[in-house]
Amino acid sequence: MAEQVYYWQALNRALDAELAADESVITLGEDVGLFGGSYRVTAGLYAKYGEWRVRDTPISEGSFTGLAVGAAMVGLRPMVELMTINFALLALDAIINMAAKIPFMSGGQFPMPLVVRMPGGVAKQLAAQHSQRLEQTLMNVPGLRIAVPATPQDAYWQVRQAIRSDEPIIVLEHELLYFGKGTLDTSLEAPPMHRAQVRRQGNDLTIVTYSHMLDLSLRAAEQLAEKGIAAEVIDLRSLRPIDWDTCGASLEKTHRLLVVEEDSRFAGAGAEVAAGLTERCFYNLDAAPQRVAALELPTPFNAALEAASIPRTVDIVAAAQKLCAH
Amino acid sequence: MESDLLKKMLRDILLARAFEERAAQEYTQGNIAGFLHLYPGEEAVAVGVLHAAEPADYIVTTYREHVHALVRGIPANVVMAELFGKKTGCSGGMGGSMHLFDRERRFMGGYAIVGETFPVATGIAYAIAMRELPEAVICFFGDGAVNQGTFHESLNMAALWRLPVLFVCENNHYQIGTEIHRHSAVAEVYKRAGGYRIPARKIDGMDVLAVHRATQEALAQIRAGNGPQFLEFETYRFRGHSMADPGSYRPKVELQAFENEDPVKVAIAETVEAYPSAAQIAAAGPDNIERLMGHVDSSSHLSPGQLDAIRIEVAEVVEAAVRFASESPQPTLADAEAALNCNRHEEVLV
Repeated sequence: MAEQVYYWQALNRALDAELAADESVITLGEDVGLFGGSYRVTAGLYAKYGEWRVRDTPISEGSFTGLAVGAAMVGLRPMVELMTINFALLALDAIINMAAKIPFMSGGQFPMPLVVRMPGGVAKQLAAQHSQRLEQTLMNVPGLRIAVPATPQDAYWQVRQAIRSDEPIIVLEHELLYFGKGTLDTSLEAPPMHRAQVRRQGNDLTIVTYSHMLDLSLRAAEQLAEKGIAAEVIDLRSLRPIDWDTCGASLEKTHRLLVVEEDSRFAGAGAEVAAGLTERCFYNLDAAPQRVAALELPTPFNAALEAASIPRTVDIVAAAQKLCAH
Repeated sequence: MESDLLKKMLRDILLARAFEERAAQEYTQGNIAGFLHLYPGEEAVAVGVLHAAEPADYIVTTYREHVHALVRGIPANVVMAELFGKKTGCSGGMGGSMHLFDRERRFMGGYAIVGETFPVATGIAYAIAMRELPEAVICFFGDGAVNQGTFHESLNMAALWRLPVLFVCENNHYQIGTEIHRHSAVAEVYKRAGGYRIPARKIDGMDVLAVHRATQEALAQIRAGNGPQFLEFETYRFRGHSMADPGSYRPKVELQAFENEDPVKVAIAETVEAYPSAAQIAAAGPDNIERLMGHVDSSSHLSPGQLDAIRIEVAEVVEAAVRFASESPQPTLADAEAALNCNRHEEVLV
């Protein structure tokens, strides 16, 4: 039953399936109801499930995310849509101080079946306040899990798994992925939510990446193949926890690590990946791990500068060639 | 008022005072550490409100919540053990004084970020409304919390969707050391609820019977489907903000004026050098405990002998709680990990 669908459609179907399966599932956020969601993810759900289960909220990110925390404590399974990840900064108290800590500081008494979806990343000239990555901030919070689906297939299953989980889960969706198409086969058994996937096999180096940078990394791998370099490309799919085993097994074969992230380099997600794999696989490495990451800049509005501020395919190819020259 | 309820409230108010004063002693002896926010002076609010609530109602409260926990029926033993950070505490030693939880009693937590109780309570009320249940949520907060964004955001949503929340302001006139006229443009807190069309009243929070009556009426409105209600209880904490705070910023005339039930004056003058002694407080006039005793006496519900018996009983409860807490085991790192991963049901990599 494989078909080609848009990423947003995969998310829409996942939500529809879970809303239908369990009446404690609700979704809420700005314009998720009547309007159908800024990226169409909740299209049609308001008419089908009604206003209590598909709730348009006021512009109050801190409190409607906190509201979802309270609802989750008494057995609802809320999925919050923050219109963009940039607004998540207003909801961090609810996410970090409440959702991630209540199960812990109550001594394990409360479930927290909360999902917070956040479209983010650098899209097209949305300027500094609407072109942001926050994975590094959220990765540092014990008690949270973070899914970063890069394909419609993963978007579908990881969101369904997230809704069914009793832990608080952040789903980071890249804005450039919504209107890309990919294969969705709902009959395929879903891998565990946190398991990394080898998207391309190779023996010369391992590229570890996630989200939208997967597309660029796969394109870079194509170009590298033409130059005689066989890159293995791993899609992390989850940033907390990280599947060290899948990455480590690849490094046993390739001995070289290149981390590709859209986040800025300093203290970013790639720093944790590189450090974690260096600790685990130091004696398997033939060269120091390298990172391709964004420049240390708020995202510029100017199109050329914006493009130059984040990794391009050519940057990944160059870094891989340099790494393999050692 | 029925005599049974009156006796229960009197017992709880005496237990509350005895528990908190003992917690202060245990703190000074080093058995309790961290922040310890005590409730003496404000007891009539928690006791009056919670005795008007049903067991099926949910309680969301702040970091000054030991008394709320006790009145809700969480045994003094496990409350004190939590203050000691012990494994037997109501949060397993992971929460401490500011984070008491008891899921079974629908005690949904003490929250230590000012303003967090609003969205949590609103969310629980959302679930109740969606399921069309006859329950309510009681949301406690102080006067300092009403300037947080969450106050306005949550009241708006609660009113917009007619959620069953009772907002309870414990107005003790101070956000730590800043008096209300210095932190709020509108110092009559209940008036703020009008901005969201939430019915609101201001009640004498030193009179437990008035608190109880107002809460019953507000909960009846909520259960009749009339949406959120708001009660402001004027009260006063006799101690500083926490055990780390002697409260020396407060004018003595104010403390005395409040205890004499005069309107609180924005006082300028005289600051006391240290926290007033018990004798000074007693000399200032009747506090909420003495007022309740007055009710009890005048309606002849209790003989002096019965009163003494209650005092002895609560003293024993507190003594036993300290013994229980002292003798309880420390939690382990494995307990901490188990608490963190309590909701992890499937196999997950670490």
